[in-house]
Amino acid sequence: MAEKKHKLLEVKGLTMDFGGLRAVDSVTLEVHEGEIAALIGPNGAGKTTFFNCVTGIYKPTKGDILLHPKGLETRRLNGLKPNKVTEMGLARTFQNIRLFPDMTVLENVMIGRHCRTKAGIFRAIIRDKMVRDEEQQIIESSYQLLEKVGLARFANEFSRNLPYGAQRRLEIARAMATDPFLLLLDEPAAGMNPYETSELDQLICKISSEDKIAILLIEHDMKLVMNISNPIYVMEYGKKIAEGSPREIKDNPKVIEAYLGEETDA
Amino acid sequence: MLQNLKQSLLISLWFVFLTFPLMVVRVNTMDQVVIWRWMNMLWVAIASFVLSYGWRYMFARQKVRKKVADEGGETRSKLQLLLEDMSFRYKAMGVILVAALIFPQVFDTYQSTIMISALIYVVLGLGLNISVGLAGLLDLGYVAFFGVGAYSYALLNHHFDLGFWISLPIGGIIGCLFGIVLGFPILRLRGDYLAIVTLGFGMIFKVVMENWDSLSFGPSGIANIDKPSFFGMDLNLADSTVYIYYIMIAMVIFTILVTNRLKNSRVGRAWIAMREDETACVAMGIDIARTKLSAYALGAFWAGMVGVLFASKTTFINPASFTFMESAIILSIVVLGGMGSILGVIIGAFFLILLPEYMRAFSEYRMMTFGAAMVLMMIFRPQGIISNLRQTYQYKGLKDKTNNG
Repeated sequence: MAEKKHKLLEVKGLTMDFGGLRAVDSVTLEVHEGEIAALIGPNGAGKTTFFNCVTGIYKPTKGDILLHPKGLETRRLNGLKPNKVTEMGLARTFQNIRLFPDMTVLENVMIGRHCRTKAGIFRAIIRDKMVRDEEQQIIESSYQLLEKVGLARFANEFSRNLPYGAQRRLEIARAMATDPFLLLLDEPAAGMNPYETSELDQLICKISSEDKIAILLIEHDMKLVMNISNPIYVMEYGKKIAEGSPREIKDNPKVIEAYLGEETDA
Repeated sequence: MLQNLKQSLLISLWFVFLTFPLMVVRVNTMDQVVIWRWMNMLWVAIASFVLSYGWRYMFARQKVRKKVADEGGETRSKLQLLLEDMSFRYKAMGVILVAALIFPQVFDTYQSTIMISALIYVVLGLGLNISVGLAGLLDLGYVAFFGVGAYSYALLNHHFDLGFWISLPIGGIIGCLFGIVLGFPILRLRGDYLAIVTLGFGMIFKVVMENWDSLSFGPSGIANIDKPSFFGMDLNLADSTVYIYYIMIAMVIFTILVTNRLKNSRVGRAWIAMREDETACVAMGIDIARTKLSAYALGAFWAGMVGVLFASKTTFINPASFTFMESAIILSIVVLGGMGSILGVIIGAFFLILLPEYMRAFSEYRMMTFGAAMVLMMIFRPQGIISNLRQTYQYKGLKDKTNNG
């Protein structure tokens, strides 16, 4: 089963304290190659905090975050800066959209290419052949990503003028521009209408199958989660309370309790 | 329209009423008579009417523009569209360049001197534009780097007899080093905190220069700094002014070329992304520390170079030239002109430096008009005279897809 697949991300006993508040309490989680894993749970369960710890925005109090890139040695991510984490091949999107509003859509994606290119200040001033080629290559690969998420026709618009659903997709394109092997999506379907959600559904599956990028997503839209992801991890009050296939999760009494409240005898 | 006129009329009447006792009635206590100055009343009425109508008109226009923007229509002004037309841009640049080159031939030394100081502010504005406009790092102590450059040339010239041309890059590099030194402690700061620290740095520089007599000769400053030499020849005052003018023109062109290239490069994009959203920027794999330092250092580099030129132009410097007021003016140039926009900054510099120069008759009101201009600008055109244009890209080899998709 999943055990045979290459393990990409391994989180062991991750704990994050904010003063006296334990936001994430020894959570263990794994993402394997080719998987679309989901992290669900009620509001305030600590899902986004978990993401922030993994991507280096917070430094976890305890636990290990290990990244096993294929063919490379294992790296421990604890305490690494976010940009280093991204360089290692782990990209993310944000729950509240964080695009660069005064840049064009294409430029937003081009930013993602930053850590994979290397023209410095002096070369940018001289603008030699290598820099021009690199620039051209950035533009082309970014444009292809825009086509993939269906935003090519907006390429030269300011990103702040995009409709909401398109902004979410642009965030995914921007994250993919960093050439990740694992993509963390923080509530990609939040605020989308059913049509946009189903489009997103297809996009995520496409990214997973065509680009061979493993995905870990936080989502509240149960239909989306149950449709595309396996395994599913459930968190409540900072603790992981369940994991398994969609079917297992649906029937798990703990999960039902977390979402609907405890069953009482009538 | 009519509504506006009516409102303005009422406002002007109200003002007439309010200012009546002050402006119209005057009691001559000696002769015990009241003098009625009816003309004053008329002026108050006209002035308040014009101001109020102008105010309303601008607001109405802004509202219309906002509405157009909401409906996804064209919000760029005619000027902006014209500027985006490349062939027009080249022609305009050619005309301006020729005009700039023959300027000292046509006008006298006095005019050239004024022009030099305006050009100095153009380069300073463009330098500050890198850190404030592109990278979004508000710097209220920019003049310190300018001072560092000026003092490095003055001291090198005084102690070691170093010439202008060698000192020019040295001044730039020393400014740059100071930029990095200041950059490190402020790496973690954002927004207001950053502004306060840079403000402090600007103050510290001036105080140190005023008091460290053995190094800087204190408030009496350093005199007899060499003017730039022309292949070893010493020039008379008029010729050397023209010479400095041309150096300044070359420097402006150089600065424009460099900032323009940086703006649309990998580094420039990282600066802008950092300005827009630091958290997202770092999550996209951009090293914030490096990006911030590079923006700071580069901005300081230009200030340092211009500082050298300033010292050689005035041949005398003292700490009084590097007050907070200068920082504020340079910052105003950037904000007024349009943050991140090269053309805007140039126009802003000419506007803020030349206008007070040619309107010396009104010099008493200089600060007042300056303040009023800033307030009005922020209300009606917060993006500056020329708002920042972003590069649009063509896709070679992908064109077919572009048309279909």
